[in-house]
Amino acid sequence: MTAVSARAVGPADLRQRPGVAVRLEGLTRRYGSVLALDGLDLDIAGGEFVALLGPSGCGKTTALRAIAGFDRPDGGRVLVDGRDVTDVPANKRDMGMVFQAYSLFPNLTVAENVAFGLRVRGRDKGERRGRATELLELVGLADRAQRYPHQLSGGQQQRVALARALAVAPQVLLLDEPLSALDAQVRVQLREEIRRIQLELGITTVFVTHDQAEALSVADRVGVLRAGRLEQIAGPDELYERPATAFVAEFVGTMNRLPARLTDGAVELLGTRRPVTGAAPAAGPVVALIRPESLLVQADAAGPGRVVTRTFSGASTRLLVALPDGSEVRVDVASAVSQDLTPGTAVTVLPADRPVLVAPAEPIPG
Amino acid sequence: MTSLTGVAGAGGVAPETPVRPGRRGPGAWRFAVLAVLGLYFIVPIGASVWFTVRDRRNGGVTFGTYAQIPGAEGFADAFTRSLLLAVLTVVLSLLLMVPTVVLVELRLPRLRTAVELLTLMPLVLPPIALVVGVRSVLAWAPDYFLNTPLADAFFALQEPALPWILVLVYVVLALPFVYRALDAGVRGSDLKTLTEAARNLGASWPRVLVSVVLPVLRTSVLNAAFLTLALVLGEFTVAAILGFETFPTWIVRISGSAPKLSVAVSVLSLLITWALLLLISALDRRRGAKENS
Repeated sequence: MTAVSARAVGPADLRQRPGVAVRLEGLTRRYGSVLALDGLDLDIAGGEFVALLGPSGCGKTTALRAIAGFDRPDGGRVLVDGRDVTDVPANKRDMGMVFQAYSLFPNLTVAENVAFGLRVRGRDKGERRGRATELLELVGLADRAQRYPHQLSGGQQQRVALARALAVAPQVLLLDEPLSALDAQVRVQLREEIRRIQLELGITTVFVTHDQAEALSVADRVGVLRAGRLEQIAGPDELYERPATAFVAEFVGTMNRLPARLTDGAVELLGTRRPVTGAAPAAGPVVALIRPESLLVQADAAGPGRVVTRTFSGASTRLLVALPDGSEVRVDVASAVSQDLTPGTAVTVLPADRPVLVAPAEPIPG
Repeated sequence: MTSLTGVAGAGGVAPETPVRPGRRGPGAWRFAVLAVLGLYFIVPIGASVWFTVRDRRNGGVTFGTYAQIPGAEGFADAFTRSLLLAVLTVVLSLLLMVPTVVLVELRLPRLRTAVELLTLMPLVLPPIALVVGVRSVLAWAPDYFLNTPLADAFFALQEPALPWILVLVYVVLALPFVYRALDAGVRGSDLKTLTEAARNLGASWPRVLVSVVLPVLRTSVLNAAFLTLALVLGEFTVAAILGFETFPTWIVRISGSAPKLSVAVSVLSLLITWALLLLISALDRRRGAKENS
């Protein structure tokens, strides 16, 4: 059980090293006719864990590769700790990266993989071995040091990759969808593991993912990218509760789109009126964006809605309710009070009594 | 503690996939096909061996013909020359093609088709066309470049002790095999991610090539080397037409005066090639076994 105490501490030099700030200034990258980064600006504080979230092709991986030095931006600058590293080659940038694909060197043992960066830096054998052991303890794989990568599971390989990235005591840790190849349970465990280690070491971390649950659960701040630009960057709570744009609202969490009408600064929907939050479009037909947990549903023999499906998921249950106009809404209710809401039950659906986010009536592009 | 056990559980190895029980029918077919193929290869070789070891005068078996081989006139020269040509061809082919294949994979994927077509040319064009062209150039160039260093270079290329021109032609002839062997290795591994991981950890490009690319491509490099070796040790047309004595041309030359000896040498060369093949695959397996232990 020495592993437990060692893991709780982590390598001393890593902990004592304060996280450095990373700054992206007007980063632009074009691939042929595709604009992958469109003047991206981003400020990451030292020791901060920032997740970049967005649909595929939004530029999040391009941004990460620009920070790592694998992709030269057409315009803009990358600053690390105030120093412009835009022209610094990848092998001189002092960054640790964990890749989406399994990236361990197949001909080296786990310990040799972790020590690779130190070998490149010409450190002596004793130091390399000690360091590899220390980091493998940090990720809980000290007993696998002499194995080869193909003898490890996917989750173990990614943890070794994390140890390898941290072994050189990098200034910044870059994570390029490191969990996307793993199965659901391992993914949750490993993301918590990554967060724990990041907090212990205080290392500035950029985490790219297309999985919003992943981003919201581990990051200090989440940046939502769309078409090469930052749509919004905020803490997970704020992003979820107060999305700045309809795109963010739809991308983060589940969102119902309900036909509504805007009059006198209030929105009419589901036969009732609610105040509007955020930027409101011109009066007239709009789309109201409402989270499943912000809708109230009640069994009502005379109600206009019909429960279509009922999906139990522990504490809460999600109902799909068909409305008379043909649209369907998802509603989350506490499982304890949802027993009688079986498919076919007539119900009324009302928005919770709080301001509602609205978007123009046309479909949202992108 | 719970978190620790949870993490350990995250590394659990997936259970083995169940093995489908084999069926009888295809097994019999497989045996028949193997038997026919085996006969096809074994009968001529067996006949050759029998021809060389049969003692006509006293009856029984004698290995006297094989004992003559080391002392046979010209054998040692021709054989070492061929071996040297083969090694030089392997080295030159790999020096040329490993960086090319890696560069195409990592930086110039658009050129893949062009390189593929180019390396196919030696298969499309008959070697005879190539060698006739080479011969014309060799005949014309020394006169044309008379009294310049280039003329000396052309003479040096044709030095009978070590004809470099053969190495150059063999590199071209080996291209399709070398390229395909290496390309298979590159496609079978995520070279892009591995090189980026190494770069990220601070490795320079030469270091990436030596520490990451070559070990990953080890099997394909060995395959390419073996195919080239086998090609050069058995190549007759080009050497004969250009008038150099290599192992195959020597076998043909002595076959008139010493038919038994020439067949014995052919059998021996087959064994040598097999031995090299086994050696290379044993090297590969030993490395693999180390990784599997």
